[in-house]
Amino acid sequence: MRLSHKSATLLVLIPLIVLAPIFFPSSFYYRVGSLIFINGLAVTGMVILIGYAGQISLGHAGFAGIGAYSCALMPVHWGIPPVLAAVLGAAISAVLAWLVGRPILRLKGYYLAVATLGFGILVYMVLTNETWLTGGPDGMTVTDSGLRDLAESVGIDLKNSQFWYWLCAIVLVVGVWLALNLQDSPTGRALRAVHGSEVAARTVGVDVAKYKLQAFVISAVYASAAGSMVALQNEFVTPDVAGYMHSIEWVTMTVLGGAGSVLGAIFGAVILTTLPQVLTAFAEYEQLLLGLIMMLVMIFMRDGLLPSIMKRIRGKDE
Amino acid sequence: MSELLQFLFSGLTVGAVYALVALGFTIIYNASDVVNFAQGEFVMLGGMITVFTYAAGLPLPLAALVAIVATAAIGVALNKLAIEPARGAPVVSLIIITIGASIFLRGVAQVLFGKQIHRFPSFSGDAPFRIGGATILPQSLWVIAGGIAVFFALYLFFTRTLTGKAVLATSNNRLAAQLVGINTNWVMTLSFALSAGIGALAGVLITPITNTSYDVGIALALKGFAAAMLGGMGNPKGALVGGILLGIIEAMTAGYLSSQYKDAAAFVIILLVLFVMPQGLFGAKQTERV
Repeated sequence: MRLSHKSATLLVLIPLIVLAPIFFPSSFYYRVGSLIFINGLAVTGMVILIGYAGQISLGHAGFAGIGAYSCALMPVHWGIPPVLAAVLGAAISAVLAWLVGRPILRLKGYYLAVATLGFGILVYMVLTNETWLTGGPDGMTVTDSGLRDLAESVGIDLKNSQFWYWLCAIVLVVGVWLALNLQDSPTGRALRAVHGSEVAARTVGVDVAKYKLQAFVISAVYASAAGSMVALQNEFVTPDVAGYMHSIEWVTMTVLGGAGSVLGAIFGAVILTTLPQVLTAFAEYEQLLLGLIMMLVMIFMRDGLLPSIMKRIRGKDE
Repeated sequence: MSELLQFLFSGLTVGAVYALVALGFTIIYNASDVVNFAQGEFVMLGGMITVFTYAAGLPLPLAALVAIVATAAIGVALNKLAIEPARGAPVVSLIIITIGASIFLRGVAQVLFGKQIHRFPSFSGDAPFRIGGATILPQSLWVIAGGIAVFFALYLFFTRTLTGKAVLATSNNRLAAQLVGINTNWVMTLSFALSAGIGALAGVLITPITNTSYDVGIALALKGFAAAMLGGMGNPKGALVGGILLGIIEAMTAGYLSSQYKDAAAFVIILLVLFVMPQGLFGAKQTERV
């Protein structure tokens, strides 16, 4: 019996997450691991937008900023627990994505790219300039979420980095599971039809604008959740979380690994998250290499790394 | 009143630069339906290369010429190495390629020129002219005159020369242009050279006023795109008017509302244009709706 795409993905992902710590020589690796999972979460959202719906956003770090600063601000000003603040932040991101996406998703790709780019920069601008509220470029502390204490009270006593490794992993797996379910749902099929040909999709009665907007909103929620995870884990936020380069990195991870599948995109997240950690001399050349990777992959391996590798393995060259 | 005039002058100056960036977008968009996100990097390169060739001892006009020619060559290389091989790719791929190119060029500039802010002297001194209680720098006049000169040169090129008409024909219908014997590949190469050169010229003109650094491109590209949209994507006249309008709106925002949020003006304009009139002010070419 052939495994469904959904179970196959989870059967690859979960054992990798569980087994990886065997090879971790220090707690630093847990830290990198959780970073990969957080990027993986955002990138899973990008797959829904880029891979399923064929649209692009260059401003999703803006939604991450909203998620992160919700966790920072709401507990201080309204006494809302940080975890609930993360959920509210995701809701705010969804509403904003709906408002921003409604006019621009009716138009072709370029307009979406530029408008989302502008949106991300605007969020960054607000977070940097409204010092009275956000602490400006210096950032602000985030109230302890109490999640680790909660785990301890039920007998799970882990070091901080290990705790966040496992928590981020769980959130990622849930996120991936939801995305895979979406792919198999009528909405997912409609999205793929839109990606294939908007005209054809419209002909068979698919409300193209509606589905593109849905994909945009859902991916914004993923980005917002990723931003919240960063804030909760670090217990500190700076406007950098909404930085334009983060948006670009997420797009690059997605297309590098393969926007067509969640697993491929997460593969891209693994590579681009670990590269700077492995190559310390990378820093100065980071932008240069990032740009080069984006161009080369799109010119020579339009489907991304993982699908290209899989094709080789299966012997279906070209 | 003199305050308003002062804002108007600074708006006209940056507006002329936005117009040049928007013209660059327009030329490539017309020839190939590609929106080149590396357009802002051409402006950065124009300023940057001039800084370094001037520091190396070349006289300023020659340094500027070297910068413009070198940037045009980079534009051609971008087309040959990245855009042409990706022909037929979906829009998302083309966006990622040109965004990749912009990040790559920025990364190269960072490695070669460092992260500092650079400048070179104004063309004709820094003694400002006084007009009606406001002042304007001689360099500002250079920028505004440069913007207008490029616009008219392009106008003549597209209406009076055979090559220009070939570009127009290609933008109208690529296949038909090929059928009447126009080398559309060459037209695309020419378009990239032209728009990179114009971007570099904008960088040369504005750097004495605003200074330059490796990362100024992204903001310029965003604003140039906003200007092109405001005027009507693909329309050279729209690019000129849109650029100057955006510059003035931005200067007024900085003057009367908040200098911190002047950069938000471009984004608000993009959204408003999309809401109210997706075809822009000079909507000759209907924006393709879904």
